[in-house]
Amino acid sequence: MADDKDVLRDVWFGRIPTCFTLNQDEVTEREAEPYYLLLPRVSYLPLVTDKVKKHFLKVMKAEDVEEMWLEYEGTPLKWHYPIGVLFDLHASNTVLPWSITVHFKNFPDRDLLHCTSNSVIEAHFMSSIKEADALKHKSQVVNDMQKKDHKQLWMGLQNDKFDQFWAINRKLMEYPTEEGGFRYIPFRIYQTMSDRPFIQKLFRPVSPEGNVHTLGDLLKEMYPAALPNDGEQKRYQVVIHGIEPLLETPLQWLSEHLSHPDNFLHICVIPTPTD
Amino acid sequence: MTYLNKQLQIIYLKLILSYKKTLCNFNATLSTLTHSPPVPQVPSATMPVSLLWAVDVYGRVYSLSTAGQQWEQCRDAQMEFKRVTAAQQCCWGIACDNNIYLNVHASDLPVRYQEETYENQRWNPVDGFSDRLLPSDRWQLSDVTGLQHQPLDNFRLPSSSWEWEGDWYVDENFEGEPTEKEGWSYAIDFPATYTKDKKWNSCVRRRRWLRYRRYKAMDTWAKIPSQQTTLPDPFSDISCGGWEINEEPRGRLSLWAVSLQGKVWFRRGVNSHNPCGSGWISMVGEMIMINVGLNDQVLAIGSEDRAVYFRQGVTSSELSGKTWKVISVPRDGDRSHSSASAHSLQSAGCYFCGEVRAQSLVSDVESDTEKGSTDGASCIITSSSPESFVDAPTEHSDQPIETPKSRIPKVTSDSFISELVSDRGPGKTSREVRSAGPAVLEEETIPLEGEVKAPDVGVSLSPSQSVGPLDPQWSNVDLEEAQGQQAQTGAVVDTADTSSLSSVATFTLAMEDPYGVDEHPMWAWVSGGGCSVDSHTQLNWFNCSMNTSSMVQSVQSMSLSVTPAQTAAWRKQIFEQLSERTKREMDNFRHYEQAIEQSVWVKKGTMQWWRDWKPHKWIDVHFALEQFSGPEGNKDGILFIYYNFYEEKKYLHAFVNEVTILVPVLNDSKHSFAIYTPERTKQRWPIRLSAATELEMHDWLALLSVSCCDSRGIQGPPSKQAIWSITCKGDIFVSEPSLSLEAMPYPTPCDQMFWRQVGGHLRVVECNSIGIVWGIGYDHTAWVYTGGYGGGFFQGLASSTDNIYTQVDVKNVYIYENQRWNPVTGYTNRGLPTDRYMWSDASGLHECTKTNMKPPSPHWTWVSDWTIDYSVSGGTDKEGWQYAADFPASYHGHKTMKDFVRRRRWARKCKLTTTGPWQEVPPIPLSDVTILPCAAQSSVDVVPLWAISNKGDVLCRLGVTALTPAGSSWLHVGTDQPFKSISIGAASQVWAIARDGSAFYRGSVSSQSPAGDCWYHIPSPSKQKLKQVSVGRTSVYTVDENGNLWYRQGVTPSYPQGSSWEHISNNVRKVSAGPLDQVWIIADKVQGSHSLSCGTVCHRLGVQPLEPKGQSWDYGIGGGWDHITVRGNSMEPPRVHLPSLTERTPLPVRNTEINSSAVGC
Repeated sequence: MADDKDVLRDVWFGRIPTCFTLNQDEVTEREAEPYYLLLPRVSYLPLVTDKVKKHFLKVMKAEDVEEMWLEYEGTPLKWHYPIGVLFDLHASNTVLPWSITVHFKNFPDRDLLHCTSNSVIEAHFMSSIKEADALKHKSQVVNDMQKKDHKQLWMGLQNDKFDQFWAINRKLMEYPTEEGGFRYIPFRIYQTMSDRPFIQKLFRPVSPEGNVHTLGDLLKEMYPAALPNDGEQKRYQVVIHGIEPLLETPLQWLSEHLSHPDNFLHICVIPTPTD
Repeated sequence: MTYLNKQLQIIYLKLILSYKKTLCNFNATLSTLTHSPPVPQVPSATMPVSLLWAVDVYGRVYSLSTAGQQWEQCRDAQMEFKRVTAAQQCCWGIACDNNIYLNVHASDLPVRYQEETYENQRWNPVDGFSDRLLPSDRWQLSDVTGLQHQPLDNFRLPSSSWEWEGDWYVDENFEGEPTEKEGWSYAIDFPATYTKDKKWNSCVRRRRWLRYRRYKAMDTWAKIPSQQTTLPDPFSDISCGGWEINEEPRGRLSLWAVSLQGKVWFRRGVNSHNPCGSGWISMVGEMIMINVGLNDQVLAIGSEDRAVYFRQGVTSSELSGKTWKVISVPRDGDRSHSSASAHSLQSAGCYFCGEVRAQSLVSDVESDTEKGSTDGASCIITSSSPESFVDAPTEHSDQPIETPKSRIPKVTSDSFISELVSDRGPGKTSREVRSAGPAVLEEETIPLEGEVKAPDVGVSLSPSQSVGPLDPQWSNVDLEEAQGQQAQTGAVVDTADTSSLSSVATFTLAMEDPYGVDEHPMWAWVSGGGCSVDSHTQLNWFNCSMNTSSMVQSVQSMSLSVTPAQTAAWRKQIFEQLSERTKREMDNFRHYEQAIEQSVWVKKGTMQWWRDWKPHKWIDVHFALEQFSGPEGNKDGILFIYYNFYEEKKYLHAFVNEVTILVPVLNDSKHSFAIYTPERTKQRWPIRLSAATELEMHDWLALLSVSCCDSRGIQGPPSKQAIWSITCKGDIFVSEPSLSLEAMPYPTPCDQMFWRQVGGHLRVVECNSIGIVWGIGYDHTAWVYTGGYGGGFFQGLASSTDNIYTQVDVKNVYIYENQRWNPVTGYTNRGLPTDRYMWSDASGLHECTKTNMKPPSPHWTWVSDWTIDYSVSGGTDKEGWQYAADFPASYHGHKTMKDFVRRRRWARKCKLTTTGPWQEVPPIPLSDVTILPCAAQSSVDVVPLWAISNKGDVLCRLGVTALTPAGSSWLHVGTDQPFKSISIGAASQVWAIARDGSAFYRGSVSSQSPAGDCWYHIPSPSKQKLKQVSVGRTSVYTVDENGNLWYRQGVTPSYPQGSSWEHISNNVRKVSAGPLDQVWIIADKVQGSHSLSCGTVCHRLGVQPLEPKGQSWDYGIGGGWDHITVRGNSMEPPRVHLPSLTERTPLPVRNTEINSSAVGC
C-alpha cells in the first residue's frame, strides 16, 4: 500500500516541462533560441527563472532590458502564485511543454506586482505561511518557531530540499487530536472567469456535528457552481496539483498532504475542456 | 547448645524472609491482575484479614472482614456517606456534607511523623561554644539548611487528628553512631561537613532535636480540611490507588477527587507517616468521575465530552502526572454503538434497580422526601455532639467544625449512573435552548458535548416529564437539583444548605439514541485497575505520534488496523492520479534541465574512530558527509574521516554508494556504529565510529542511512522478495535481492548486498514471497510485519507513520557466582589465585558482579532483581549450584566426591522499548515459526504458517493471507514430546525437530488438510542432536548442536522423508533454504583478511536443480549476525547471464575452516 508520505514527495517533486520563448517584439542582436526547463510546481517563477533570464540576456542589448515578466497566451503570469497554480489555471489540458513568452519591456503594472529580488518572494512566502498558521493554530506554531526554522522553510523551498523543508513544515501540520483537524483550513479557490483573484473564507475541517468536511462540502459552500448538478454534464474541473481529487476526499487530509509549501490548499476551478 | 539454638533461629528467620519475599511477589501479581486489595505481607497459615467497604442506600458505611461473616457498621458514622474508596490501611469517603473524610485502621504499627530542628552554635574565645552567632549566621534553631527559623515551640500539630508522643529530645546519634557529646557535631563553618569529633579548627557545632507526633484518629472518620473557602463546589467522586507505583512503604497512595463542577483535585503528600496528606492540588481539566488503579493508572471521564481520559506522565516522582490524554479509539462494531451503550446503561441501571424502581413514581418521591425530612430531624439530634467528629483544621477561625447535618437518606443513593442519565436525557432540550439562545459561547465549543451543568438541568428536569409506558424508567437524584425540587415539593429541609438535596427526578432514557450514529462515544464509568501501562510505553490509544506534546503530527494518525480511510476510493484516486500526472508531465521530459541546481551539501561533526592500525584504540576525528546530485539527478555522497597520523593530517573516505550497511553497536560505554563496504566486509574490519551522545549517533545513522538509500534509489517498505536478517543485538536488517543474486554461474557477490535497518527488536524473523513476515522477540512474543518502514531511530521522513507501533522486548542478563571447595570451610568464595573471578560472565574472564553489571545498552532498563537461574543446561541443585572438578569444565547438577568447584547462574530481566513496523500476535509465546515460502495465487488465499510455542507445542495458524498476515487463530497439532524447530517447504512438506534432537516429518499436509495427519520419526545423524531445520522447494537442511549442516538425501515426491543425512559443512549456526532451493547460512569462524568473524551471512554457490547441495560458500555481512531468512526471494534468475563490468567474476577463495570442509563435501 502506498504511504501518504509518498504523496508529499510527489507533490513536492511535481515538475512542469516548460518552453520559454522570447517575445517577438523584443529587439535582439541575433535570434533567441527557446529555452527548455522543468519548473517545480510548488515554487515561484522568479525563483526558478534565473537561467531563463541569463539565456535571453545573451542576445539582448543591455539598454533594452527592463524587469523580466512572463506571459502565457496573453495572460501575464502572476509570480506570487505558485507555478503549479498558474499552470493548472491557465494551461491545463494543453499540449506540453508549457509555452511561456518572456518579456523584457512594457511591464504590465496593472496586472503584476514587481519583484525586485528574492527577498520579496521570501516575504510573500513567509507571510502566506504565517497567515495559514493563523487560520490553523491561531499562529501558535509559527510563533513558537525560531528564526532559523523560518529560514529553513524558505531555504528548503529555494533550494528544492524536500527533507529540509518538511523537517520544519511537519510541525505546521500538527493539530490536537481531540480537535480532529486544524481550526480552519487555509485554502484559496481560483477561477479563470472572474475578476476576483480568489475565494478565501473561514472553513472548518469538521462540522459542528463532528462530521468530517470534504472537498465537496467546501465547494458547496464556497462555489456551488463548481459542482455538477444531478444528471448534468460536468462543467468544471476541480484541480489541485494537476489532479482532480474525488469530492468525498476529507478536507483535512487534503490540507495536510496537498497544500503548497505556503501551507495553503490552492484549488483551481476550470471549465471542463470541450473536445 | 545456645550456639545451635542461635543457628536454628537464623535459619528459621531466613526461611521466613524468603517466604515473605515470595509471598510478597505473589501478592503483587495477584493484586495487579485482579485488583484485589493487597494482603498484609505476613506469613501465616490463614489468609490475612482485610476489609471490604460498602455504603448502603441510607449512606451508612459498613465493612466486611475477610475473616468475618457479617457486615459491620462503622462505629462512629453518625453521618451518611455517598462514596467510599479504600486502601488496605485506610478508607476515604465523601460524606453528605460534601467533605472528605479519612478513616485510618488501627494497627500495631503507629503512624508517626518525625519533626526535627537543628540547634546551631558558634565558638568564641570568651564563652566557648554558645548560641551567640554571627549576624550572617543561621538561626539558633533552624531546619537542616539553616534557612528556616524553627524554634521548638513553633511546631504545631497539623490537626486534631495528631498528638505528640513525647517532648523534644536531642538526637544523640550522628550518622548512625552515638556521639556521647550531647549530640553535637562539629564543622569549620556553616554550612560545611560535620564530624562527630571536635577538632582544633571546629568553629561551629550543631545538634538535632527530635519530636514525634502520632496519628491518633484511628478507626474513626477524620475530616480532611477543605481548601475551598470561596466557592462551594462539593466533591462528587473520589478514588484512591497508586500504591504500587513505587517502593515506598505502605501508606503512600494517590488520592484523586472530582467536584460536582468537574474540577479535579489531587491530594498531595499522602504517605506512611502522613495518612491524610498535606493539601489539595487543583488539576486542569473537568471530569465527572475518576478512577485510580494500583499503579499509575489514572482514568477519568470528561465532563464536557464524556470521553475517557488517561492521565499521562504519572510517575513515582510526579504522582499527579502531566496531562490528560483522551483515549480516542473506535469501538468494535462502532456503527451499532448507540444501542450497545444504551444496553450497558440499562444493565448498569438494573444493578441499582432497588432504589431506581422505588423512586420511579412521583408520588413515591414525595413520600420519600417527607420521610427523609423526619429522619433528618432525628439525626440532627444524634449528631449534635460535634466532638465525636475528629476534625482537622488548626486554623479554627476560618474552618469551623461543622456539625454534620443529617441528610435525607434517599439522597445518599444518588448513583452516578442516574446522574449521567440526567445529563443525557435532556440533551435535546439543552440543544434547543442553545440554538435558541443568541450567544455562541466560544468558538471551540461543540454544541453536542452534553455539558449540561447541574443547575440548568434542575430546571429542565421535572418529575412531570413524560414517561413512555414502554420506555425503561430512570430516576435521578442530583445534588444541585435540590432547591428547585424543594420548592416544588415544599419539603423544606435545610434551605440554608445548598448542598442538601431532596429532589428526585424521573425521566426517560429513550431507546432510540438521541444522537447521531457517528456521534463519538459518551462514557459513563471507567475503571483502570487492571490495566497496566508503563510510563515510557507509547499507547496506541492516543492518536499521537512520537512526540508527547499535545499537538500531534497527523501526517497520518496511528491506527490500530487498516482503517477504511486508507483503502478509501478517494485515497486510491489520488495515488493513481499522481502517478498519471508524473507520466504525463514528467516522463517524456526527463531530458529537460532542472530549474534548481542541486548544490553540494555537507554535514560535519566530530567523532571517535577505532583506528585501523595497531595498537587499536579510539581516536578523535572529524567526520564529514558531502552530498551532491549525480548526473541523472540521483543523489550521491562521500564520507570523509579526517585524522592525525604522527602529526600529519590524513583522511579516509568512502563513497556512499559503496556503503553496504550501517550497523549500530551500542554498549554501555560507547555510542558507536560500524560502516561496511564490500572491501571492509572482506577484511572483516568495518569503519567503526563513535558519537558523543546517543542522540548524535542516531542523527548520523538516520542521515547516513537516508543518504545510502538515496544513492541506491531505495525508498519505502521492503519488497516481498526482501531478505531479512537479525544481528545478535536483535537489530533487524533487510536487503533487496538483485535479480542475479541466485544466478548461475555468476551470482551477485554476497558482500555487495546492501542492507538497511528496519525498526524493532527480534530474535527470529521468517518471511515468504508474498510479503508475509513474522518475527519472534527475545521474550518469545510473536510479531507480524505491518508493511511499514522505519521506526526505531528513523524519524520523520525516513519512516512511515502508519504501521509503526511500539515494541517491547525482555531478555535476561546472566552472571555466574563461582566458588571453590576447601577442606576447612567447604565451598567459599575464596578461590585460588589462578581462579576466575568469583563473580563473572560465562567465560570467567570478565568480572561481573550484581552491582557493576549494567543492562546491555542504554536502551535497556532493569525490570527485575537478580534471581538464581535454575534452568541451566546440565541441571542444578536446590540452590542453583552446578558442580565440576575444576573451572572450566562440564558442570552437573549434583555434588560428587571429585567436585572442587561450583557455580550458579544469576539472571536479571531487562526490557527494551522501541518502535517498528510490527504488531503483536497474542497470546501464545513462540520459539519458532515458518511460512510456506512460495507465492499464493491471490491475496485471499490461505497461506500455511506453522509455529512452535515456547513450551514446545506445534501450532498451525489459521486464516493467514496476504491481506491478513496475522491470521486468526491457532490450531494445536499433537506431538509426543516438545518440539523446538519447524519448517514448511514449497510443496507443503513440514519438517520439525524435537527437543531430543531427532527430526520428524509431518505426513499428508495439504491445503485440504492443513495440519496433516501424523508424524514420521526421522533419526538424527549418528551421535548428533539436531537443533534447526529449513525446507526449501525440495531441499531439506538441518543444523545440529555441534554446528554441522546436514542435507537430506533421497527426498522424492513419492518418498518425502528421504533416506539419509549428508554432511555439508561445519561451523554453521543457522540455515535458511528458500523457494529456489537457495541455501543461506549464518556461519561462525569466518576468517577475513584483518579479523575473524562469528555470525556471518553466507550464501551457497553452485546450487542447481541437479546439484542441490551446491559447491562452495560466498561470504557476506558479519560478524555478529544471528538469523537470516531468504524464503521471500522467489525471483528466478535470468537464464542467460551476461557478467557486467562491475562484477568480479572469480570468487575469492578464502582460507577458512568452513570453506575447506565445504569443499570436502
